[in-house]
Amino acid sequence: MAQATATQQGAQYRRSVIWEWLTTVDHKKIGILYMFTSLFFFLIGGLLALLIRTQLAVPNNTVLGPSTYNEVFTMHGTIMIFLVVMPLNSAFFNFLIPLQIGARDVAFPRLNAFSYWAFLFGALLILSSFLFGAAPNAGWFGYANLTTLPYSPGLNVDFWIFGLQVMGVASIASALNFFVTIINMRAPGMRLMRMPVFTWMTLVTSVLLLLAFPSLTVGLVELMFDRYFGTLFFEPTAGASVVLWQHLFWIFGHPEVYILILPPFGMISEILPTFSRKPLFGYPFVVYSGVSIGFLSFGVWAHHMFAVGLGPVPNSVFATTTMLIAIPTGVKIFNWLGTLWGGSIVINTPLLFAAGFIGMFTIGGISGVMHASVPVDYWQTDSYFVVAHFHYVLFGGSIMAIFGGMYYWFPKFFGRMLDDKMGQIHFWITLIAFNMTFFPMHFLGIDGMPRRIYTYQAGMGWDFWNFEETIGAFILGASVLFFAYNIIKSLRSGEIAPADPWDARTLEWSIPSPPPVYNFAVVPTVTSRDAYWEQKYGSAEPTDAEKENLNPSPTTVRGIHLPPPSYYPLVAAGGLVAMAAGMVMHGGGLAISWFVVAAGVLVLTFGLFGWSFEPNH
Amino acid sequence: MARGSGWLKRAITGACVALLVVILGGCSMFSGPQAVNHPAGSNMQTIWNLFVPIFWMSVVVFIIVQGVLIYSVIRFRRKPGSPEPHPTHGNTKLEITWTILPALILAVITVPTLATISSFAKKPGAGSMTVQVVGHQWWWEFDYPGQGVVVADEMHIPIGVPIEVELRSNDVIHSFWVPKLAGKQDVVPNQHNHLSFTANEIGTFRGQCAEFCGAQHANMAFTVVVQSQADYDAWLAKQKLPATNIPSSDQLVAQGKQVFFTAGCVGCHTINGAELNGVQALGIVGPNLTHVGSRTGLAGEVLTQTQANIATWVHNPQKVKPGTLMPNLGLTVDQANAVAAYLESLK
Repeated sequence: MAQATATQQGAQYRRSVIWEWLTTVDHKKIGILYMFTSLFFFLIGGLLALLIRTQLAVPNNTVLGPSTYNEVFTMHGTIMIFLVVMPLNSAFFNFLIPLQIGARDVAFPRLNAFSYWAFLFGALLILSSFLFGAAPNAGWFGYANLTTLPYSPGLNVDFWIFGLQVMGVASIASALNFFVTIINMRAPGMRLMRMPVFTWMTLVTSVLLLLAFPSLTVGLVELMFDRYFGTLFFEPTAGASVVLWQHLFWIFGHPEVYILILPPFGMISEILPTFSRKPLFGYPFVVYSGVSIGFLSFGVWAHHMFAVGLGPVPNSVFATTTMLIAIPTGVKIFNWLGTLWGGSIVINTPLLFAAGFIGMFTIGGISGVMHASVPVDYWQTDSYFVVAHFHYVLFGGSIMAIFGGMYYWFPKFFGRMLDDKMGQIHFWITLIAFNMTFFPMHFLGIDGMPRRIYTYQAGMGWDFWNFEETIGAFILGASVLFFAYNIIKSLRSGEIAPADPWDARTLEWSIPSPPPVYNFAVVPTVTSRDAYWEQKYGSAEPTDAEKENLNPSPTTVRGIHLPPPSYYPLVAAGGLVAMAAGMVMHGGGLAISWFVVAAGVLVLTFGLFGWSFEPNH
Repeated sequence: MARGSGWLKRAITGACVALLVVILGGCSMFSGPQAVNHPAGSNMQTIWNLFVPIFWMSVVVFIIVQGVLIYSVIRFRRKPGSPEPHPTHGNTKLEITWTILPALILAVITVPTLATISSFAKKPGAGSMTVQVVGHQWWWEFDYPGQGVVVADEMHIPIGVPIEVELRSNDVIHSFWVPKLAGKQDVVPNQHNHLSFTANEIGTFRGQCAEFCGAQHANMAFTVVVQSQADYDAWLAKQKLPATNIPSSDQLVAQGKQVFFTAGCVGCHTINGAELNGVQALGIVGPNLTHVGSRTGLAGEVLTQTQANIATWVHNPQKVKPGTLMPNLGLTVDQANAVAAYLESLK
């Protein structure tokens, strides 16, 4: 399959569709796999959210007992962060990055496939804990020593450790891939300062992933050693400081917050210029502020630990760095407003979600500044005020932007428009229900309601807002189902999308929708920022190459070299997850566990070996 | 256009009024036992005084950003015949302005923040009083050093005296939080944390563990009783006494004591001065019960303390508080009632 041509796509390869998707190394197909997988997990995470809200709707409720509730809130957080927002961002990285930089694929296509399969298998491993009645139950942050054997004797924490480790491998491989792709695979003339902001934010995110995940990995390995081999990293009676875990976790955990929000920043920076018909206001400032957020994100982790008792000096330092990080974030918001100002704004679903993002994220940003004031945080931390804060950042921020991104790029992904009329209804219901659900959590924070409690007594003054939030949550859940309906309906019968339905500015719109397997019939030459806008409206006449990309002829695309499909990434990821599953079985005392681990090692080795020696044509 | 901007003005005015209603309504609605907006302790008062100006600055930023956002989307929406917008790439003066202005606002917040951090770090000097707090899954122990007094889930302190709380954990991380009196301070195993505050209002104040600590994190509450110095002294004097002698006339109490000393309760609980056939109650795993009858709450405040509730609790603790470390000793209903009568007699 060295040669991909227009005809090959159709008739020549009639292997089963399933085989095609299992062995694909096409970044676009992998992006689509990420998208549907994480949307499915989004439904599961949302269902858990509704369980939480049901339990908390009235005082002294008994729908969920304490052990189930603790599993549900732990898995809600774990799923939404690791199985939903990260892979949804990944879906866009995969699909868009090569298209935005004028490349035919990512730098390491098979590693890319491996990342997806490792992510999927790690996710399934952690979700399978529900089948064994042992879902993780110590919070998504898994504070030691609650997670050590004396306090968590079950398999719950083991599933969490090994699920995260497998997904961590996937994330690091993927980050490496996109870093190299963006640095090395740009089309001629695509200088760094001509790259679309989404590509820029992906680059920064990749660096954050590469540097942050190892810290989590170290923490998880130490915890595993404590639980499996009797080490004493987190055993206070042996003199250990359990705060070590918190440092390791939050050195990962705070950059992680920016891993979740920087790609959405990028999406907003693409959507706003397109629908304002103006270039992004202050492009270099938006880029540099993204980069400086990336740098600063490694210097603020202890603001999650103000009440731990680190002492006045560390608390003062981290308060100051946290205040600092608000500055580049503010710069971004002002530049987005500057982009809208004086534009010719089309009010459609992507624009509405982008505007909604700015509004909601600003609220989350403001409450974030409140937490940065350490004494105020002594009150707000671990109360519902913080729950409100990070839902404004992660739902009002990340998810709103990703919804906007889905409406914006859906035509490029699938060649059909995602229905705008339903989209606008979806937006308004989401905005109202989101605020119904999460705004009153600020009030509950002032009313002194702590987080992570499975029940509360009557007479605390918490009844009304908890009940009202539950109503909001169910409306929000309904809006997500409505969105799912829109996706399914639009995939089947949505309006056929042209190559450039929005009169947009970046290179992905210069090729057909959906793009052909080789992306660009002729690798474009870039002469400015907003490369496609320049092609369309610049002074130069359209070149042959530009016309060719929009409408490829069979003669041009004959002979384009593309990486062949491969099942080795799938095999290698299978070996990796078998090792992890074997370790969980060992925690459960199963005699065959070491055989499973050994088999996993063999399969992984076989996969990597076959992968290395696979002919590339 | 004129009609359009009139509509806009009305919308903005409406939004501001709505916001004001929400804020004012908000202030009047926080009246629960853990609401922080009417502090009764020096520490929380300082926090609240720091928060209020930050809050109003936030409101200003909020109104500006949302206002510009909504105004731009409405004002600059594409209409038939809209001109092609000017392709502005940016404006360095503006960029500098909106970098420096937020930096100034943040500096205004940072300075008092740092000052407050260092003021909180100072230990209270002479005339202060120390209480050692030990977090257990899922109850609180309060030791009064030098007094020989150990109580559970109910901390008494005098008004106006600086209190130095020393925080210890017996197992996992907890967080000590009495919202009306002070901010949180985590209770970390192997680490000596402390928190100081002065209560400035007589009354009872509810507190609750604020760091997730396992199955019954939700029911790890306690009460702080702030008393006049005289009342506090009286309370302390009473707590120092050994357990009340049982009036021989009360058969149920005697029977309860019999059960308490034979069914296994003494393995975990202490009752100072109580003794039966040479057996003493000296267990330290569970709460000290010497004057348990004088307390108002039970089992981390899950239940109010009545004889009937104590009976329900000791009959089957797991039913009241699933996951609690107090085992079900298999007492009959009659035995449980008797034990409850005995404990309730320990005033």
